[in-house]
Amino acid sequence: MANRTRARPTAAIPHGLSREQLLEMYRLVRLTRSLEEKLELLFKQSKVVGGLFRSLGQEGESVASAYALRRREDGTGDMLSPLIRNLGSMLTIGTRPVEVVRQYMAKGDSLARGKELNIHITDFDRGFIGQISPLGDLIPVMAGVALTFRQRGEDRVGMVYIGDGATSTGAFHEGVNFAAVQKLPLVIIVENNRWAYSTPTRLMTAARSFVDKAAGYGMPGEQVDGNDMLAVYAASKRAVDRARAGEGPTLLEFMTYRRKGHAQHDAQTYVDPAEIERWAATNDPIDRYVKTLLDNGWATAEELTAIGRDIDRELDEAVAEAEKSPLPAPEEALTDVYGDGPVNAPWTRYEPADPTRA
Amino acid sequence: MATVIEKPEHVRLTEQGKPVTLLEAIREGMWEEMERDERVFVMGEDIGAYGGAFKMTEGFLDHFGPSRVVDTPISEIGFTGAAAGAAHMGMRPVVEMQFIDFISCAYDIITNYIATSRYRGSGGVPMVIRGPSGGGVRGGPFHSQNPEMAFFHTPGLKIVYPSTAYDAKGLIKAAIRDDDPVLFFEHKWLYRRPQLRETLPQEDFVVPLGKARTHREGKDLTIVTYAAMVHKSAEAAEVLQKEDGLAVEIIDLRTLLPLDEDAVIQSVKKTNRLLIVHEDTRTGGIAGEIAMRVNEKAWEWLDAPPLRVAAVDAPVPYSPPLEDYFLPQVEDVVKAARFLANY
Repeated sequence: MANRTRARPTAAIPHGLSREQLLEMYRLVRLTRSLEEKLELLFKQSKVVGGLFRSLGQEGESVASAYALRRREDGTGDMLSPLIRNLGSMLTIGTRPVEVVRQYMAKGDSLARGKELNIHITDFDRGFIGQISPLGDLIPVMAGVALTFRQRGEDRVGMVYIGDGATSTGAFHEGVNFAAVQKLPLVIIVENNRWAYSTPTRLMTAARSFVDKAAGYGMPGEQVDGNDMLAVYAASKRAVDRARAGEGPTLLEFMTYRRKGHAQHDAQTYVDPAEIERWAATNDPIDRYVKTLLDNGWATAEELTAIGRDIDRELDEAVAEAEKSPLPAPEEALTDVYGDGPVNAPWTRYEPADPTRA
Repeated sequence: MATVIEKPEHVRLTEQGKPVTLLEAIREGMWEEMERDERVFVMGEDIGAYGGAFKMTEGFLDHFGPSRVVDTPISEIGFTGAAAGAAHMGMRPVVEMQFIDFISCAYDIITNYIATSRYRGSGGVPMVIRGPSGGGVRGGPFHSQNPEMAFFHTPGLKIVYPSTAYDAKGLIKAAIRDDDPVLFFEHKWLYRRPQLRETLPQEDFVVPLGKARTHREGKDLTIVTYAAMVHKSAEAAEVLQKEDGLAVEIIDLRTLLPLDEDAVIQSVKKTNRLLIVHEDTRTGGIAGEIAMRVNEKAWEWLDAPPLRVAAVDAPVPYSPPLEDYFLPQVEDVVKAARFLANY
């Protein structure tokens, strides 16, 4: 087996990466897509509670950017805050598939304990902070995280994702400006996937490109082919290294394409199907990455197939485990509003009903 | 490490046994918390070298340095959000709204992000958002507001609004030590009022959040109020005592959220008559909530319908005759109390 699958490199691996790291990135990007496909299946079986969001076509930049971070599990590593389409970043920084499935099933032992949905989840130790639906808010929040890294003299870095659409928000502007003025160790990633729900980028900005905004804030910016995983990794690593060296924030723009609708309910009637087809056929980040790995002899087809098999098994186990998890107890709705005890239950829930207990 | 400038005179008043104003009490409270706990830091507009629009943080930058006294761009969303991020990382930020009117600029991040964080599983956000509030200083529509009730309806927040120097110091310390986000309103008409000067204890003390205080004891009528209206109500109570022989009890809420319902109910059960006085505008003011709670829990004890005195449902006007008409005055409280007493 080992002999048959040995890779024979015909070119040096760039960006200081090892072959093991290349394979790990492959595993993560494959895992992202397979997990989403699994979730879509569960959605069709009505096992997903509420909406489901796909990142089809954008998985590469999610994984490759987060891969540039220092990943730890003890609260000493870098931190990121994802968007709804950054499942790849989450899996890369350390979220486990079973946790994602529990989230989408609204289980009581999910990271958000059934109180918040999809990948809006947090684990400070593993380095991820859940976003919220009012977009842009996490830019100032992550600027504050980076501020504290500096206040404490820690060489840690923050990374925050924003879509082309939410660059129009006030929170984006105030957060980016704050980070720039304070020269904070923060990497701001604008994922330009051409669509904000149904709104094309030309209705989002009059700027030639989003990376042009970097200059306005007095910070360096770089536009990258978002479906070229190694290019994304290289640019992200440069930005992370700059931040770690105390040289301040960087704005990265990843050019990519959202091949699915905003969420499962969205039939994308506003998009020319040929456009989606073209991206799928000629510019899929995983296809391109696999070709790079194989063409350069950095991996063999057998290796990649074996990784895919492991992922399928891992995901079957994750789903089985998540299905066993209980839904939350209803009264849990009262807890964790404040740190000093639950809020009152409605008086009609007492037996007998008692208004003085409201 | 930068050279630390010694503790300046203006934060040594209590140490020297001198009486302090409400503003000085808050300043001392923040200073002491920053000395006690290195996780505490302050952030806001013009708070560094300038010391803040009301000089609240004067001298802080020299003593604590720029890492703990952070001057920010004009960006209420930016620095409020950044404070939340710092709090996530274990810090205890205190941010200043230059005027509390500008807190609305950060409404989304406070109500959607900060207030829900613990519930969502992102942990408690131990931070304080403070700033000068209230009218009576001819500040016009954007330097006079009482926006506390815009946040009262948001589970996850705590809201504090002190009326005395002692409470202000004890409450700012409790707010900084609390594990949840606290909005701390400072009535600017009270900031430097000489009548409010008091000599505070030299030792460290806190006033617990969520506990009202009986400002004046009485048996005939309860006035529930807070902030500047505590003092207007006290003036009215004097008149009522002298001219009508009425013994008015005044409950100063001090903390609006969580509301000290027990203190209100207890007093109402004693006096059987309730007047709620607030400087905030009438519709959606806290009077509605308090009256409903009394309705739920002390209906049988009431000898008259609960009534309220509040500001006009309008923006805060600028010109003195307009603002004086807009705000509740001592005569309004006297009139309402007489109406209740004679009911």
